[in-house]
Amino acid sequence: MIPFILILASALCVKGVINKTRARLAGRKGCRFFQPLLTVGVLLGKGEIYSTSSTWLTRVAPAVYLASALAAALLLPLGVFPAVVSFDGDFILFAYLLAFGKLALVLAAMESGSSFQGMGSAREVLFSMLVEPCFFLLVGTLAMVTGCGSFSAIFAKFDNMSVNLLMLSLILAYGFLNVALVENGRVPVDDTRTHLELTMVHEAMVLDLSGVDLAFVQMGSWLKLSIWGMLAVNALIPARTTGWPLILWFAAAMTAYGAVIGLIESLMARNRMTKNATYLVTVSAIGLLGFTVAFVLMTSGL
Amino acid sequence: MMEHNTLDRWFSCRPGQTGGTGRIALAEVPMLPYPTFAADMRVLLSEKDGTPREGNRCVAYFAVRDAAGGDLIFYALVACDATGEVLAAGHVLDYYQEGFPESLAKDIPAMHVYEREIAELHGVHFTGAPWDKPLRYPYNRHHRDDSIDTYPFYSIDSRELHEVHVGPVHAGIIEPGAFRFLCDGERIVHLEIALGYQHRGVESLVAGTRNRLRQILLGESIAGDTAIGHATAMAGILESGAAFGWQGSELVRCERAVALEMERLAVHIGDTAALCMDIAYQTGHVACEALRTLVINAMQGWCGNRFGKGLVRPFGANHRLTLERAKQIETTLTEVIGRYRTVGRDLLSTPSVLARLEGICPVTRRQALRVGAVGPAARMAGIRRDTRLAYNFYPLAEFEPVVVDAEADGGNGDLLSRLKIRLREAEVSCAMVMAGCKELAGRWFEEYPAPDYGRPLARESLVFSLVEGWRGEICHVALTDAEGEVSAYKVYDPSLHNWMMLALSVRGAQISDFPVSNKSFNLSYCGHDL
Repeated sequence: MIPFILILASALCVKGVINKTRARLAGRKGCRFFQPLLTVGVLLGKGEIYSTSSTWLTRVAPAVYLASALAAALLLPLGVFPAVVSFDGDFILFAYLLAFGKLALVLAAMESGSSFQGMGSAREVLFSMLVEPCFFLLVGTLAMVTGCGSFSAIFAKFDNMSVNLLMLSLILAYGFLNVALVENGRVPVDDTRTHLELTMVHEAMVLDLSGVDLAFVQMGSWLKLSIWGMLAVNALIPARTTGWPLILWFAAAMTAYGAVIGLIESLMARNRMTKNATYLVTVSAIGLLGFTVAFVLMTSGL
Repeated sequence: MMEHNTLDRWFSCRPGQTGGTGRIALAEVPMLPYPTFAADMRVLLSEKDGTPREGNRCVAYFAVRDAAGGDLIFYALVACDATGEVLAAGHVLDYYQEGFPESLAKDIPAMHVYEREIAELHGVHFTGAPWDKPLRYPYNRHHRDDSIDTYPFYSIDSRELHEVHVGPVHAGIIEPGAFRFLCDGERIVHLEIALGYQHRGVESLVAGTRNRLRQILLGESIAGDTAIGHATAMAGILESGAAFGWQGSELVRCERAVALEMERLAVHIGDTAALCMDIAYQTGHVACEALRTLVINAMQGWCGNRFGKGLVRPFGANHRLTLERAKQIETTLTEVIGRYRTVGRDLLSTPSVLARLEGICPVTRRQALRVGAVGPAARMAGIRRDTRLAYNFYPLAEFEPVVVDAEADGGNGDLLSRLKIRLREAEVSCAMVMAGCKELAGRWFEEYPAPDYGRPLARESLVFSLVEGWRGEICHVALTDAEGEVSAYKVYDPSLHNWMMLALSVRGAQISDFPVSNKSFNLSYCGHDL
């Protein structure tokens, strides 16, 4: 239960860390740390407006999106703290739960009948598809190294304190960070802050949503941000830590995760849309690199 | 260069000696038979093989209805940079004449805006004109069933292509304009731009009042980001009644030059910020935004308005650039240009920024010539075209416009060229402001003329004024009656010519690159729609 609570808690904060980092690097004070929460609070008090071409699908999609993110969060452990739900092959369920939420959102977006939503959906689906191999290569590597089949068992057993596996741990964390950037629509793949419909990816899909629906999607997005962060944190925290030190490690690593995203967003321009495919293949190459490193280490008897 | 007799037929004046303004008595404008006029225009504007001439361009071509006979009288002004001349001629369309004259735009594409406007205002549909698309209204004024909703966008019947429509209401705080993309997946096949949603009737408002103050205020409001540019152009016209070289004209002209360059500097820096924002490069964005604020605040310190409204007035001004104010501007700009240089170096050495700009949304020099591009949009494509060069009196004697050379820079009019021209022009503008301040410091003892709103314009004349605003060549033309009042007023904002550049730049480009290209031209909607 502890990892789930931690994910929920960090979901409320990561956005704030990113905003503060960006603001500080821009020489500004920035908005309040919990401003995203206040914004969602306002949205929750508002009613929705639906396109004339939308059906029940549009109405349930945001809830499905949020629910799938919550369900996926249940599957994640933190080091030796086990996940709420855990079984062999749960990481496959994890990946497709998130994909299911995305599918619901894509279908809802297509229903609105606007060309922006269509464009955004096509891009979002393409990018998700291209980043999927990376996720499975990374998790597969972990499964191979530890010989286990569920997230809880993998991360409980993953011993990154030996010199060889420390290197692997860094590669994995970097890989998960990149997957996180893609899945959460951050720079360099997407720009969450843009107002230009034609350049949007994720934001274009939710252009038509309003009120509680939009609030649900935003909450789902925070959850996803900390879910993917959780994976990177898991790869990074020293093995065999437990109790309060583990929670401290988690807090530090999660803050670093937010700060790194903020740094990337401040110091880098986003990719050209066509370059994204190349970029995503590179991200998958990181997964392959992790896999190769692990494979070599294992076959050489370590 | 051109046949001798062509030059002889057209009335020639040299506005270079008079700060870009010229006045021609209406009786002196030669009225040619249309075939002669058309042939002369072809000779003036294009080479023998049909390519447009770099140095010559039509700056105004419009028609007015003769109150007495109902005939349409057409006037055309052609600027020849090489000789520093502006040639004027016209032709008359008889009220009872059947059929329309032959279109010039089909051979000289740059003429399309003028012919479309004439068709829109007077119903003269030139024979063979490519497309009498509405220009300053978002619908066909001559068709009572036409409205904004039934606008006939260009379309292609195809199962592979899809249409994306943006506007006229946009997400950001920008003006209204409709963009219709024909897309093949993510690739733009064709972009059609429909403007006119901002039409306010500026030209008739100016002609409809005798109040000079109101006229210059209207001039300041033609395009909010070019307040000084348009006001300077209009002031040139309002001052046409006095003999050239009236008391204090040098002083006022020098101040206007400084103001124009400050406007250019501020907008170029702001545009750099906007470009960075659109490619999500936060560091460049915030750095440039801060610098722009410094420049426009310096402007506020001078005249009380950050955009220079209230500064330019006919025959004088209310805000003298005193030694103290000049000193403040010099200090500010020295700091600004130093920091802007650093930003420029940073932009040109950041790989992710370069990857976003290099080779993207290019416009070739040939395309720019054909559509009649002006200002930085023309210069970034390698055309040496700058009104300051031939027609304006400026404090910097050895002024040379910045031209991004396609061969030397390797940028074929792409986004990077559009960034580079801003970085370089800012340097030149800064140097010119400094030179202007120095020049003014040497004239502190001269009496400062107060604005005069009472003087009539030159009587029964065609008065024109050419000014290089930050966006390019601004041309104002007025026809005056026997009392020296404006009977017809025409305004040509550089955006009028450059919107086609935007449409061409995104042909074959990615649709996600359109907003960046749009920002890189930063064209005016209201300046176009008037």
